[in-house]
Amino acid sequence: MLLEIRGLGKRFGGLDAVKNIDLDVQAGQVTAVIGPNGAGKSTLFNLIHGFYRPTAGSVAFNGRDITQSSPHNSVNGGIARTFQTTHLFDDSTLLENVLAGRIVRSKSTVFDAIFHTPRHRRESALNHDKALEALEFCGVAEFRHDLASNVPQEVQKRTAVAMALATEPELMLLDEPAGGIPEEETTDFGNLIRSLPSRGVSVLLVEHKMSMIMGLADTILVLDHGQKLAIGSPAEIQSNPDVIRAYLGTTKDEEN
Amino acid sequence: MNGLKNPRILGTLAVLLVVALTPIAFGDEAYIMRVITVGLCSTIAVYGMNIILGFTGQLSLAQGGFFGIGAYAVGLLTTDFDWSFWQAFLVGVVGTSAIGYLSGLIALRTKDEYFAIFTMAIGFIIYLTISRWEAVTHAHSGVNNVKFPAAGDLVDFSNPTAMFYLVFAILLICVYITYAIRRSSVGRTLLTIRTSEDLADAIGVNVGLSKQLAFAASAFFGGIGGGLYASVVGFIGPDAATVDKTFEFLMFILVGGMGTVAGPLVGTMIVTFLFEFFQDFQAYRFIVLGPIIIALVIFAPRGIVGYLGGFVDKRARQRRIGSVGANASSRPHDSTGPEASARTGTSADNVTTTEEKN
Repeated sequence: MLLEIRGLGKRFGGLDAVKNIDLDVQAGQVTAVIGPNGAGKSTLFNLIHGFYRPTAGSVAFNGRDITQSSPHNSVNGGIARTFQTTHLFDDSTLLENVLAGRIVRSKSTVFDAIFHTPRHRRESALNHDKALEALEFCGVAEFRHDLASNVPQEVQKRTAVAMALATEPELMLLDEPAGGIPEEETTDFGNLIRSLPSRGVSVLLVEHKMSMIMGLADTILVLDHGQKLAIGSPAEIQSNPDVIRAYLGTTKDEEN
Repeated sequence: MNGLKNPRILGTLAVLLVVALTPIAFGDEAYIMRVITVGLCSTIAVYGMNIILGFTGQLSLAQGGFFGIGAYAVGLLTTDFDWSFWQAFLVGVVGTSAIGYLSGLIALRTKDEYFAIFTMAIGFIIYLTISRWEAVTHAHSGVNNVKFPAAGDLVDFSNPTAMFYLVFAILLICVYITYAIRRSSVGRTLLTIRTSEDLADAIGVNVGLSKQLAFAASAFFGGIGGGLYASVVGFIGPDAATVDKTFEFLMFILVGGMGTVAGPLVGTMIVTFLFEFFQDFQAYRFIVLGPIIIALVIFAPRGIVGYLGGFVDKRARQRRIGSVGANASSRPHDSTGPEASARTGTSADNVTTTEEKN
């Protein structure tokens, strides 16, 4: 099992933002977390990645306990993430952005840079190649010399994925990767996400666009008020009455 | 050498060349040579500020204090303890870096404006220690007859021109270190922290440790600058460590351009000369300098070098767009992921560029 979450919880004051979550993420799969606004999806991500400290439960990655590890250690260990609101270095070009993702895999120090050691040269070339490859994989290589603030939203989103890819993760946490992307382009974007496991990168994502999720995910976890409502394959989730009531809301009118 | 085609590197080399040639013009005038050499000592300290402020984005106001520690280490060790300059210099620089590292351990628990105030307090503590601890630092009587560096019979460093070239050589090393950092993943690490600490953390940067090392590095440069300053001037008093000194450095880097390789040198030299030029006006010189700095912050917030760099970037981008089509077919389309083919034909596809391998 790649990621094992057991009884994970986070209390803010008297409020349970996330409560008693169990989730297994299989290697080579796309796992999705869905739920209405405020269901605790982003909190769950922040707990996994180490931005928040859980108040209960544990997270294990590749059998190693990472419950208390900080984000940069998580990245080092092989978990990358993207943010809901796209986070890029706006004043830098896309290539520089993705190169920043290589920092965590760089071993050369200031002294290597100063004395221009073979290790430094080898690593610079490798970083450049890997960054370019990540940009190409995400289909935005032709924008690599443009400033991040000057490219369309969709390109930014793809660059965020490329930057996460550059850290050579085994698991990628994508927080609403298709948010803000026009409907007609979500299919393309879904294909990109779908192709990540073939690179050995498993995916855990939060997404609002149901149509996209249903075609994309192998397993879906449905959250409601910070708790697990259901878990299963897309087909199971679609026919689950609890889910339909809470999330899809189709029976709401009838109930009232 | 590919670098020689880069206008930034060319510009930096040109500035260094001009500075290197100043002794030919002013070699006979000891006073001017000393002003320039003192300016170079400040420049080295400003390079330290460039690392913590320019690259890492943390406004450290302790730099004047570190400068003072370096100066007093060399001053006191070469006079009261009769060490040679080089021994004192080495101990001074290592000591300043250590003090920088230790104070950073506490200072970097704070952020933004709190960090600025905290480091200013560190600067004050250093200044007060130097100006009040009479038994060790001689307080306001200062330190006299600081030794010149010794080099056997090879060079006589009491000659202003020889001293100039020594400081200049060390400055060259500092400029090169800045350049090497700027281009390496270390520099990239610091720049990511400047842009967004959260994002830096999210892509695996150890933000705390990196800031800590950047702060120690800034103290290291401060110590070098201060140590050389003591020897160049020969007499130091507590004003070598004042907070005013910090703000002077801050002004130098603002004028020159934060986060650039040439900025600290350009800014320090220009402002130092303006200071000298208006020296007759004493305190009133800020009436003239103030508006100049305000104008600069408004019209060129990235400093002189940053302003010029903007032109270079613009031209480079235009040239790239100009080369459309010439090599558009050279890019392989098949290896760009499963969805790339769906995206060809968008307007941005025209901005294919020549590869920039370095």
